[in-house]
Amino acid sequence: MSEPAARTVPPAARRRRAAPLLPPRDARDGALVFVVATLCFLACLAVVAALGADRAASGWRGELTGSATVVVRPRADETADSAAARAAETLAGVRGVVEADALEREKADALLEPWLGKDDILKDLPVPRLVSVDLDSRSPASAADMDRALKAAGIDATVDDHSLWLKDVLRAAAIARAAAIAVATLIAAAAAAVIVFATRAGLAARGDVVSVLHLAGAEDGFIADLFVVRFARMAALAGLFGAGGAAALAALARLAGGGQGLTPVLPLAWSDLMVLPACPLIAALVAALAARATALRLLGETT
Amino acid sequence: MTDAAPDDAPVVRFDGVGLRYGRSPEVLRDLTFELAPGSFHFLTGASGAGKTSLLRLIHLALKPSRGLISLFGADVASLKRRQLPMMRRRIGVVLQDKRLLEHLNAFDNVALPLRLAGRKPADYAGDVAELLTWVGLGERMDAYPQALSGGEQQRLAIARAVVNRPEILLADEPTGDVDHEMALRILRLFVELNRLGTTVLIASHDEALVAGSGRAILHLEGGRLERIAPARPL
Repeated sequence: MSEPAARTVPPAARRRRAAPLLPPRDARDGALVFVVATLCFLACLAVVAALGADRAASGWRGELTGSATVVVRPRADETADSAAARAAETLAGVRGVVEADALEREKADALLEPWLGKDDILKDLPVPRLVSVDLDSRSPASAADMDRALKAAGIDATVDDHSLWLKDVLRAAAIARAAAIAVATLIAAAAAAVIVFATRAGLAARGDVVSVLHLAGAEDGFIADLFVVRFARMAALAGLFGAGGAAALAALARLAGGGQGLTPVLPLAWSDLMVLPACPLIAALVAALAARATALRLLGETT
Repeated sequence: MTDAAPDDAPVVRFDGVGLRYGRSPEVLRDLTFELAPGSFHFLTGASGAGKTSLLRLIHLALKPSRGLISLFGADVASLKRRQLPMMRRRIGVVLQDKRLLEHLNAFDNVALPLRLAGRKPADYAGDVAELLTWVGLGERMDAYPQALSGGEQQRLAIARAVVNRPEILLADEPTGDVDHEMALRILRLFVELNRLGTTVLIASHDEALVAGSGRAILHLEGGRLERIAPARPL
């Protein structure tokens, strides 16, 4: 094989680009993309649900901590209306209270209607009057502060700052949020497991290619990277499909539900969709890590 | 890369090597021999004598059950896994089943070792085209292996094995699928590589080719090796 003095390289050879070392397509690729896309779709929905749950919890918390209700019991020598008005006036002067309004008799009766109906019985009952108090969100007045002020003014009243409900609501919100995150994590793990199985199957199916590459002096890392690139691309594509599907569904829910999203319990915002573009990237990263670890382990078992 | 070895150190050295598959009896027994740099040997023996197994031991596809194998002066057993690819790049291998990649055309199959060695297409295109022309496949560079005849596939496998001028060339029945004229042409390619310094070991049952070559013969009989002097000069 002597070197000619002036060698002519055929144009066809000069124009060449390196061909992919793994076969470009595999019959299983479509099924794998479908499975990973489905998992990405579910993971995206779980993340959007987690964001909705977080927003709902914040809303509930804001509503409960931003207000208080005071039940006023009139003394024998005054009317309920004047007792409620006096209580509202007293509370309005407490530091940390923005506004205090005495509920009119009609509104108090309306609150009892679901339980007692519209009978005249309501007129005969000594229905306690309610005072609705809006609190300063930065430094709200405590129930003890309001109670002390009412007692000093000689008003018989009970202050409810919703603290009894707040704990339960916050616990429920935290559980909902944690459950959504756990579901998203579980689905991501399932996607990784699918990639691991697919890499194993891919390596087994491409044993001939791996063997030739080894024979020609390819390093384990080089061979593993071929599978990493393949599965990362596939997962990114699947992530794109999954995130796209989830975005479409979330947008539909947002449009159908108006300003509050699908339901007040799970309010969705357009900004929630901004997290979805991360899905293809995360899917590609998970796939790359799973494929590399699996490929290197399997290659290490060969001679 | 392995530790530096003296220039005259054997390229291959077997010392009391035995090989068994699983719990079966040894297929190779007490093999002790050396291949000097630039030597040319034929490996002969009946079918099933262990010729392919011996070649697989040399190109690191198998580990011996016992004994010591040295390649380029390095004890193979002491090589770390990450050192194996560099060692394999110094060995050209033509296997009986050819092991061509079906999804790559003739050009890309031959270019594979150069690509793995880090060379760019613009850099190796000329070498690959020249070699393909030399083995009679200059007009079939874009053909895929399944479109080639058995003989063409064999020549393609040989071209891939020699394209990076390996220090040792191992060939398992390289002329099995070609006519006599092409067999002689392939042999001339091996001889020319040998003249350039490549150590050559060819397993063959082509008695006429082996006898006519005038080269030294390693003969396997019952799993043991005997060295036979050349019958007559080439």
